Amino acid sequence: MSAPLLKIRDLWIEGRSDETWNPIINGVNLDLHRGEVLGLIGESGAGKSTLGLAAMGFTRDGVRIRKGSVEFDGIELVKAPAATRRSLLGKRIAYVAQSAAASFNPAHRLIDQYAEAPVQHGVMGRKESQADAVELYRRLRLPDPEEIGFRYPHQVSGGQLQRAMTAMAMSSRPDLIIFDEPTTALDVTTQIEVLAAIRDIVEQFDTAAIYITHDLAVVAQMADRIKVLLRGDEVEEAETREMLADPKEEYTRSLWAVRAYKRPQKPLVPRGQTPLLRVDGVSASYGRTPVLHNVHFDIHEGRTVAVVGESGSGKSTAARCITGLLPPTEGTIEFMGEALPADYRRRSKDQLRQIQMIYQMADTALNPSKTVAQLIGRPVQFYSGLRGKALRARVDDLLEQIELEPETYRDRLPSELSGGQKQRVGIARALAAEPRFIICDEVTSALDQLVAEGILRLLANLQDKLGLSYMFITHDLATVRAIADEVVVMKEGEVVEQGAKDDMFRPPHHAYTDLLLSSVPEMDPDWLTNLLAERGVGNIGEAATDKM
Amino acid sequence: MIIPLALALGLLVAPLVRWSGRRLSGDAPYWRDMPYGAAYGYVLAALALAGSAWLYFVNGNVFFRWGVQGFIAFAIAAYLFRLAGRHIGTGWSRRQFRKMPLTASFGILTILVYAVVAIFAQWLAPYGQEEILARANLVPGGDPALGGDPGFPLGTDQIGRDILSRLIYGAQNTVGIAFATTCLAFLLGGTLGFLAATLGGWLDQLLSRLMDVLMAIPALIFALLLMTIASAWAGSERGLLTLYMVVIIAVIDSTRVFRLSRAVGLNIVVMDYIEAARLRGEGLRYLVFREILPNATAPLLAEFGLRFCFVFLTIASLSFLGVGIQPPLADWGTMVRDLSQFINYAAFVPLAASVPLLAAGAIALLTVAVNFVVDWMLHRSSGLKE
Repeated sequence: MSAPLLKIRDLWIEGRSDETWNPIINGVNLDLHRGEVLGLIGESGAGKSTLGLAAMGFTRDGVRIRKGSVEFDGIELVKAPAATRRSLLGKRIAYVAQSAAASFNPAHRLIDQYAEAPVQHGVMGRKESQADAVELYRRLRLPDPEEIGFRYPHQVSGGQLQRAMTAMAMSSRPDLIIFDEPTTALDVTTQIEVLAAIRDIVEQFDTAAIYITHDLAVVAQMADRIKVLLRGDEVEEAETREMLADPKEEYTRSLWAVRAYKRPQKPLVPRGQTPLLRVDGVSASYGRTPVLHNVHFDIHEGRTVAVVGESGSGKSTAARCITGLLPPTEGTIEFMGEALPADYRRRSKDQLRQIQMIYQMADTALNPSKTVAQLIGRPVQFYSGLRGKALRARVDDLLEQIELEPETYRDRLPSELSGGQKQRVGIARALAAEPRFIICDEVTSALDQLVAEGILRLLANLQDKLGLSYMFITHDLATVRAIADEVVVMKEGEVVEQGAKDDMFRPPHHAYTDLLLSSVPEMDPDWLTNLLAERGVGNIGEAATDKM
Repeated sequence: MIIPLALALGLLVAPLVRWSGRRLSGDAPYWRDMPYGAAYGYVLAALALAGSAWLYFVNGNVFFRWGVQGFIAFAIAAYLFRLAGRHIGTGWSRRQFRKMPLTASFGILTILVYAVVAIFAQWLAPYGQEEILARANLVPGGDPALGGDPGFPLGTDQIGRDILSRLIYGAQNTVGIAFATTCLAFLLGGTLGFLAATLGGWLDQLLSRLMDVLMAIPALIFALLLMTIASAWAGSERGLLTLYMVVIIAVIDSTRVFRLSRAVGLNIVVMDYIEAARLRGEGLRYLVFREILPNATAPLLAEFGLRFCFVFLTIASLSFLGVGIQPPLADWGTMVRDLSQFINYAAFVPLAASVPLLAAGAIALLTVAVNFVVDWMLHRSSGLKE
């Protein structure tokens, strides 16, 4: 076998915080050959991105390489002069970031940004590289490849932007591309397009790639080999198929097992029983733009209704109508058989108490200047009037319900909690009001899979114990499969299909449900290939539109 | 002539320095990756250092010497103060002092000294602020051979008032009034700003446009105009005029505070935790004071420091122009104006020329000190690391 393109040996990286250097990567080795794709997976904080950047000889501010070597095509990057590194980056090594929207300069057109690297490195002239851009846009199956480059980043969709970013990384035909979670922020249906495009282009140009993600199913489609990281240590590395079929380490197996969590569906509620919450013919609009059209659905006592759909489908708007933040233009919200006032300001304290909400981003949902006890204590005090010792006891009780040790966590600020713990505090704050109905708005989508699973289990336990009803807004069908009793599928502000979970996952479906379902990546490494074949090879974007 | 020459010389020396650095260190990355611009910068810094040394030791420029000596003295004082803070006080304050940069401890020390001087002016000042003493135009320093008097360490002004006493009383008047004015401006601007951000709608429009109108008029000229009117109202009542001044400056400055607190408030109001509080049914007061205010303290504190300096300077300028704090009350702005002729003697009697600089220096020192503290607070609250 020829010498590897990228050779990392015994790499130690550390980051500075609180005046000390803390290890981030502990002695990792890595080999990557030409045309090979290596998947890097692990939870957040595992050091995936740091390792990815280190493969370019680069570290973020406040991070340094303590020892070890990164050798790219025989060039030692760690000790190389800055000028040598500069001549490689963008030309022979390229980087695709998680958020294309944040990585493009919003003030320049796509094609000008495309041409920047090749012109800078003297690979091509401006004219030449723009012609080349059109060619690459075509290969990445961007719509209207002749013209799309002349748009500004905000004028194209998220998935298109991510593909344009991949094209940009390809502009100098690098030998190595580092993809840092390129599809994490995208919807399942868009994700497929990007995945297929990246895979094709990497194959066509025989480029080596490091693909960083926390989604196992995605990495199974993309990578030839997988390396698992845990807190900066390498857990194991193997060929993709081998790794999927037979993980050696305990930690890897636990990662694999996450997807197995599935709660049995509860029996259907008999017809004619008054639902806890009824959304009856609700239409709503932001200003003059209509977003919801005549939406109906019921949520029964003690059940979980999952509302699924792509971004922009009106899921969250429906939640805003229920909470009264956005009064509907038509239709009513009934709670326990009574119509609720449309505006939250006109609802009684008790009506407000009954409906609580858990937010997607725990970071913005918890006031950063308050301690956990204050955050949870306020609704308790506000609704029940408890004070002093009784209040403290109730807060401790709630902390125990969300499985956080009261002694340790009572006086912490949100910034001193991990993502999963923050989300638990968000749950406790909702529980503190003693509600009957909780809206969970994408509560697990910002979390790692292991942590997300813990949250889902917690919610399920609480439901059994307290008889809560959930409206579970999500775009992740794996979550739906795990926790829902009933499913409502939304698209462009309308409900396209609804019913019991088990029925929904069994054909026949509505065409759109089918598209959603089939777009969820599976652990089978051939899944993407098969799916593309099934949908008709060639233009996947078109195939998706045809189905609708 | 010598400066352009030095600049050109540096241009030649810089590559040489970088080259010899590479040779001597065995091509260490630090020297190897150093851009020529940075090398030139180091050379210039070295030249500036040499120039200062020449100015200090050979030329013997008296003001430069005072500056350097003052700087060193203050640095030592700040260091000792921080050292003391690390060993005395509660656990919380000790922790604060442990992470404190020297600039911040200098700032806190200076502010403390000013506060003590302002509060205890009556007891600290050797004479009254309005007291006219025997001899006018005494040179500071207290050396009879140079025209001073040991009884008046900082000399006397043209009509024979003790300058040290007036400086001390000036702290009380100028700083005290500036502080009261800033507080009032923040109370006014902050409350209205948060209200506008939280309630939005027509109230926001009304308040914002009103503030725009006020801001459209140049601040100092507006203040002068209003002060002229106010002095007509106040007549001969000096205390009343001072009160008017406080209100006028507070209103003018509250427009800036309004702008800031509204902008900060708008960023906080869109957060999910505010939505959660609204959905809980919380009242306006809770929203503003418990949810928004704690998260807006960092930018507001920073603005408070800056605003305090501006108010302070406005008062000094108004006094300098003759409509601010009225004589015979001591005020640093007035003192700079009254004593400014002494500057003309700088070439002959440096000591005499330093008199107006004392008041100006007092203003400058406080401004710098406040900004040091504010910088530190901002740095701390934004959670920046190194």
